[in-house]
Amino acid sequence: MSDETNGTSSPEQYAIGLSFGNSYSSIAHISQDGKVEVIANEEGDRQIPSILSYVDGEEYHGTQAKAQLVRNAKNTIASFKDYIGKPYKSIDPTPCHYSAHPTESDGKVVFTVQDKEGDATSNVSVSEVTTRHIKKLRASAADFTGKNITSAVVTVPTDTTTEQKAALAKAAKDANVEILQFINEPIAALLAYDSRMPEAVQDRIILVADFGGTRSDAAVVVATGGGLYSILATLHDYELGGSNLDQVLIDHFAKEFEKKNKTDPRKNDRSLAKLKLESEAVKKALSQSAAATCSIESLADGVDFRSTINRTRFQLLSVKVFQRFTRMIEEIVKKAGLDVLNIDEVILSGGTSHVPKIAENIQALFPESVQVFAPATSTAALNPSELSARGAAIQASMIQEFDKEDIEQSTHEMVTVTPHTQYAIGVQVTGDPADAFTVIVPSTTAVPARKTKTINAPEGDVLVVVSEGESDIKVTKPEPKTKTKGATVEDADDEDDDDDDEDEEDEEEEIREKVYKVKKQLAEFQFTGLKKGAKLEVTVNVDSDLGLSITAREAKGKGGVRGALEKPKVTENGSA
Amino acid sequence: MSTTIEHNGVKVVGPPKDFKPTDSSNPNFRAIASLSPGIMRTIEPVGPAFMAYARRKRLGRTFSEDERIQQQQKVKKVEDESDGDISEPEDPLMLARDPKDWRGQDHYAVLGLSKLRHKATDEQIKRAHRKKVLKHHPDKKAAAGEGDNVDSFFKCIQRAHEILTDPVRRRQFDSVDEAADVEPPTKKEVQAKPGNFYKKWRPVFESEGRFSNKQPVPGLGDDKSTKEEVEEFYDFWYNFDSWRTFEYLDEDVPDDNADRDHKRHIERKNNNARRKRKSEDIARLRKLVDDCLAMDERIARFRKAEKASKNKKRVQAEEEAKKAAEAKAKAKEEEEKRKAEEEAKAKVDKEQGKKAKEAAKNAAKKNKRAVRGSVKDVNYFATGEPSAKDIDDCLNDVDKVIASIDVDELAELVQKLEVAGKDGAKVKEVFTIKTAEMVGTSKLKDSDLKYFK
Repeated sequence: MSDETNGTSSPEQYAIGLSFGNSYSSIAHISQDGKVEVIANEEGDRQIPSILSYVDGEEYHGTQAKAQLVRNAKNTIASFKDYIGKPYKSIDPTPCHYSAHPTESDGKVVFTVQDKEGDATSNVSVSEVTTRHIKKLRASAADFTGKNITSAVVTVPTDTTTEQKAALAKAAKDANVEILQFINEPIAALLAYDSRMPEAVQDRIILVADFGGTRSDAAVVVATGGGLYSILATLHDYELGGSNLDQVLIDHFAKEFEKKNKTDPRKNDRSLAKLKLESEAVKKALSQSAAATCSIESLADGVDFRSTINRTRFQLLSVKVFQRFTRMIEEIVKKAGLDVLNIDEVILSGGTSHVPKIAENIQALFPESVQVFAPATSTAALNPSELSARGAAIQASMIQEFDKEDIEQSTHEMVTVTPHTQYAIGVQVTGDPADAFTVIVPSTTAVPARKTKTINAPEGDVLVVVSEGESDIKVTKPEPKTKTKGATVEDADDEDDDDDDEDEEDEEEEIREKVYKVKKQLAEFQFTGLKKGAKLEVTVNVDSDLGLSITAREAKGKGGVRGALEKPKVTENGSA
Repeated sequence: MSTTIEHNGVKVVGPPKDFKPTDSSNPNFRAIASLSPGIMRTIEPVGPAFMAYARRKRLGRTFSEDERIQQQQKVKKVEDESDGDISEPEDPLMLARDPKDWRGQDHYAVLGLSKLRHKATDEQIKRAHRKKVLKHHPDKKAAAGEGDNVDSFFKCIQRAHEILTDPVRRRQFDSVDEAADVEPPTKKEVQAKPGNFYKKWRPVFESEGRFSNKQPVPGLGDDKSTKEEVEEFYDFWYNFDSWRTFEYLDEDVPDDNADRDHKRHIERKNNNARRKRKSEDIARLRKLVDDCLAMDERIARFRKAEKASKNKKRVQAEEEAKKAAEAKAKAKEEEEKRKAEEEAKAKVDKEQGKKAKEAAKNAAKKNKRAVRGSVKDVNYFATGEPSAKDIDDCLNDVDKVIASIDVDELAELVQKLEVAGKDGAKVKEVFTIKTAEMVGTSKLKDSDLKYFK
């Protein structure tokens, strides 16, 4: 598919994927051979710090600007992304504490910096900063691809307002980049994974967590119909991110320094800035290796500092922060009205997902069958820092040949809002126990949908019951091993003792299983005189108005049974 | 999705004896209830599946329709890549060829490229070869239980591939590839129908053009081609730069070292034959172009046009001279006619004029007298008795007026004087006006007049 789009795209039209974060931005495009390529800027960074710095009228960007946080913090603008499109009164200036402070001008957010030669300061609006930032990114992408970048698909957190999108679009427009579409970050991450095997996209429920530098977001997404994504729930924590881990290291190193030198480097802005930069580097190093060294020249009072920390120590220090990440995952599952057993896959995105312990903790929440896509827990994982940009690039390559109007129409609510089935649709066949249920159309499937499943059928006359089913969690206490029957306690909400993985000797550990309860019978089929080992092929087709047509036939056989059910009456409320 | 089988006794049992269908036409189906109402949710407008979804929704297609249309589009793409151009039926005679007689074999036909011939690209040759190999591989034939010589045609294929993939040898073969030649048309064929010239000759030159070192080869053009185009075409063909060689028809040089003389003899013979064939080919092409030129009606037309433009000036001059002479003769005739008429008229006028003159003379005399009299009547404009000088001056002026006035004016003057009657002032006014008028038309000089000023 990507080959095709590359071939047909006109030379003057080239779209990239842009992931624009508070701490880092990244850009990606589809290379000549159809692969997603994350673009490195002139300094070779694929994660480009979203920082601009001004020294004597000269503009620095990315890593170079980040280095200026120590010497020239006043004229260095960082963490400005969350301010776009917001009035001054509703922004949180905390992340900018160690860089240029946001100030108010006509209710808007501006940064007062010396961005020209001389001592005069000027007010640079957030929108202007964004434009300058995007201009730099665009230049890097143009250098890398050798093409004129005209448009981009940009990823945004799910809670981005229309005003913020409009402001971002305008800022990009000023940088000569037309934003073709805004896509949600969790969906971009999902797309990055699913586009590896577009034919084999399964229907499943995915939890996407995005742990960034200063904030964390999570979403539960259901994928149906071979890659139609609907978001079931979202959760945001604006005070949780990689910087919390940096803070743990800062405190640790500061205390160590203080012990020897009787001065607290945190008291001095410049010392703190140095410590902050180095701590971030140490944190990243600890994700790769078991130990890392922190060495800072002239940390405070002209005294050099050097210290080594190993991973275990770091993990012990930051247990509380790790727990916050884990708790966030639990909360989002609950918010979606699901159980951990309902989640089929977890994708961790964002730079902080590199931290091994976070991924391991999350893996421990879920059954082993659930894959947690993070570098520490899965070899098949992609670089979590690049997921958003990759997803955006894939989307960009798909839509870049369409007109703007066409894209707008396709993303309009008229098209995107559609009924989803409330319950799963499945079948029971003669001989199945009453609570057995073979799911054909999973719950929360976007309609229209069509699904086919082949099931084993017993010999002779067979009755096939089509019903709606609801998933449920069955908890079995294995202690009285003699009688398992009847010990079913159904408590979907009661899941307090989940993270008790340290006390393994607990005999009373419950076995929790996901089962389906039949909610409502929809229809029945009968087949007469089936041979032994016969297979039935059941196709369920749900119309856009939730009318149902069902076809069942013997596999490789002719004929079969067809039936249709009328659409539900609107006045009728709930199940019959 | 996992299902739990728990044997708690309750099972779905087979169809009851009294299975009641909802509709007698569909005896094996019973509808019980409809689906629970759905929940409205937003689908993320991202990814290939959404593109398909949006396409279905916006174009109002169903799943199967959309699938079918998408499939069709896919199929079309595959077809474009497929080798429709290199598949053609195989002649059984060709299959039975002896691979040793490779010089006589049509390599293009062997690979199934007889329609493309010299136009076949390397890619097409490669693909055609691959296809034939897969079909005629000797191992396959042997496995199918065919007897001896299973690899004879395979050898032909390999030979054809060997020759056609070597650019030098391919040119040698193309040089003698008679199947690609087009026979020049005869005069009769060309004259059978107007426009046949272009229809019949064009393929000939297109086929000959394949030997040209210079590409592209100018086309034969058509009825509307300009003189320059036609000239360029014939210039090109008379100075044709051909790569055609005849090594392919060489006699095999024996490669045993035994008889070196014989070998040399054959080589010399081959060289001579090549040279001879080449010169024959050049002569042949020259004749071909001559023939074409002879039949080309455009040449005749251009020549005629040229002649016409050359003669144009001379003809024009002649025509002009002729016209001038005619005009002269006509003018002369007219002149003579006019003269005769004039003479006749003059004669009549003369006779009439004599009488009229006399009458006019008398009238003039009378008028003159009247004019003189009018002055006298008003007492020579004097208030009292006029002096002799006054009378003299006045009469002098009147005489001057009379002398230089013509007959008609005189009559008019007399009339006016009559109207004026005996009123001195009025008579003087009449005279003054008249003299002023006459001075204006320079019949009189201002200095001549003394009185009527």
